[in-house]
Amino acid sequence: MSERLTVRKTHKLFIGGAFPRSESGRTYEVHDATGSFLANMSQASRKDARNAVLAARKAVDGWSAATAYNRGQVLYRIAEIMDGRRDQFATEVAAAEGCSDAEANRQVDLAIDRWVWYAGWADKIAQVLGSANPVAGPFFDFSVPEPTGVVAAVAPQESSLLGLVSVVAPIIVSGNAVLVVPSHDRPIPAISLAEVLATSDVPDGVVNILTGDATEMMPWLAAHADVNALDLTGMEPGEGATTTEREAAGTIKRVMRPAPDIDWSADPGIARIRFFVETKTVWHPMGT
Amino acid sequence: MVFEYAPAPESRSIVSIAPEYGLFIDGGFTAPVDDQLFTTTNPATEEVLSRVSEAREHDVDRAVAAARRAFEQTWGPMPGAERAKYLYRIARLIQERSRELAVLETLDNGKPIKETRDVDLPLVAAHFFYHAGWADKLEHAGYGPSPRPLGVAGQIIPWNFPLLMLAWKVAPALACGNTVVLKAAETTPLTALAFAEICQQADLPPGVVNILTGAGDTGRMLVEHPGTDKIAFTGSTDVGRSIMRAVAGTDKRLTLELGGKGANVVFDDAPIDETVEGIVSGIFFNQGHVCCAGSRLLLQESVADEVVERLKERLSTLRLGDPLDKNTDIGAINSAEQLARIDELAKSGEEENAERWSSPCPLPDRGWWFPPTIFTGVTQAHRIAREEIFGPVLSVLTFRTPDEAVAKANNTPFGLSAGIWTEKGSRILWMAQRMRAGVVWANTFNRFDPTSPFGGYKESGFGREGGIQGLGAYLATEVAR
Repeated sequence: MSERLTVRKTHKLFIGGAFPRSESGRTYEVHDATGSFLANMSQASRKDARNAVLAARKAVDGWSAATAYNRGQVLYRIAEIMDGRRDQFATEVAAAEGCSDAEANRQVDLAIDRWVWYAGWADKIAQVLGSANPVAGPFFDFSVPEPTGVVAAVAPQESSLLGLVSVVAPIIVSGNAVLVVPSHDRPIPAISLAEVLATSDVPDGVVNILTGDATEMMPWLAAHADVNALDLTGMEPGEGATTTEREAAGTIKRVMRPAPDIDWSADPGIARIRFFVETKTVWHPMGT
Repeated sequence: MVFEYAPAPESRSIVSIAPEYGLFIDGGFTAPVDDQLFTTTNPATEEVLSRVSEAREHDVDRAVAAARRAFEQTWGPMPGAERAKYLYRIARLIQERSRELAVLETLDNGKPIKETRDVDLPLVAAHFFYHAGWADKLEHAGYGPSPRPLGVAGQIIPWNFPLLMLAWKVAPALACGNTVVLKAAETTPLTALAFAEICQQADLPPGVVNILTGAGDTGRMLVEHPGTDKIAFTGSTDVGRSIMRAVAGTDKRLTLELGGKGANVVFDDAPIDETVEGIVSGIFFNQGHVCCAGSRLLLQESVADEVVERLKERLSTLRLGDPLDKNTDIGAINSAEQLARIDELAKSGEEENAERWSSPCPLPDRGWWFPPTIFTGVTQAHRIAREEIFGPVLSVLTFRTPDEAVAKANNTPFGLSAGIWTEKGSRILWMAQRMRAGVVWANTFNRFDPTSPFGGYKESGFGREGGIQGLGAYLATEVAR
């Protein structure tokens, strides 16, 4: 008797909590580390990216207004749901990255633990990055970090899951919404992560995942007036990234530049959280 | 009976202005070269005050090289505690020469002596004093266990608060261990050059601070120079955009403090006398040459007519004229170019059928002046509600509900400042949380302090100046992973 034929999954985009195909009808082939065919991925178009900006903008008010306690629990929930699908993620990471099963398991564990680490930050960011300011006058003066808004991000190309989580989590933990382009050649764990997000109490539109070509989408997103910041961590340094940064000048976006050689297994600091918040300072007089 | 004010001019004998200035590079002034000189003018009289040097490419090269040497050989390796003492020295020297610098600033900028004396100069000294104390405490500031400086900072400052903007740039840069090449604004170079003398009096090692004068070209050379590790700019959003394009693809760090169109929101329960004073200081302080000015007044409909009437009465009593007179409230517009821009935008307000009212105060015959002006009947589509005027012109809009106030306040690409006037504390905090602006003043306006971080959201720029948050602009932060 022959082995059972597996039921393969159609990989689609993740926009506003739904899983649409690219409106363009385009797909691109993805292979494992040995060159065997894995899947046809949806290749997101500018119009898909625009839809993702709309979804993120719609989501960001509610998500940023949620209590920090609530956001922390939602991020922790992501870790819980991911943990139940460890084996699936490990298989996908091993196929994508061509690493040993042990290494793939380590990557998945680190990715899950990263959600736990960032979950705990949700209600501490304001205390660490905010301040009471002793001004020389009869005023109560305080500063609080607030989310920048809608962030368009490019996830690392090598680290298919841990790198992606390490980019997305610090953006959303403070209340931003994100649209992220995952690793071009290793996108499958990203779509499985989308399935986790869709079932983890993450409000629709807070995270949007666009598989495809970052150099096609990012310069255009950089010019989009409803995007507040760019995270180009996973973008190849060079002309595409420079063009993107130049386009971002039109609306004075915050731009985190490409960083190709990050060791994602090292302990994360809070530099990423800090980059995607704004400091608001409030002055209030004191008197009777 | 009405008492008249007698003239009360501050003496200008306390300042001595050289007929010509060179550039301050590597601890000394270069000899002025005739074909590089341009004039700086007193905007209240159009009198030429001095001729200063336009820094060219080789000057910028020399200044950046001097700053690099100082970073590598003296300032960078120096213990923080020693850097601190230099900064404390500078703070004290500024206090000692405070009156002189105030008069000099008023002469070169046109702003009232009342403001340079009571606002600019005290804040300049405070800024150095505050940051001096950080120099040997940076490991406690939350930027990792051993925060490092970035290197050579190229800094470009505007003409509206010349010495104060210098302090906002130079003090944190030096405290964090960077060296500086600063370009003063074209029309207000004199206090920056006086600051160069203060650096000499403080025995600051050569090259730690270099002061260049010049126009946009000099600034562009500094931005594009391969030897600068960091660019800090305060000025218009348009120039900010071009700077951001210029540093794209480099490793240079960038902070921008750009334009604004601040909303000043008045609810019907606000105490009217204080509110009128706050509106006045929000937009007519420093002739409205303030990036964080409350240039859009949002009045709750039920009190709109009353507030506008009271405002007109109050504006009619403001004294416009000789900036050196201690009773002057409104000084001169800084340049003919800026006056033309204010005029053009005010005319657009009339052409778009907003109703213009200007204070009937007489304008001096010489110099550049614009009377305090308010426009009523302004809608969100008017140019005077959308574009930064950077002058003594207030656009008045109305609202009915707090939600509408928030929507209108945030309906701008800028996000620098906002104001709220109400007696209700919970409403203040509710509004403050929703207004997308870097600084929110409740029942006050245009307050500044070195401990209080300042900077914008959205197209008003990024990065903060002042406070523990401001140090991040001059430190190499931990790797983002």
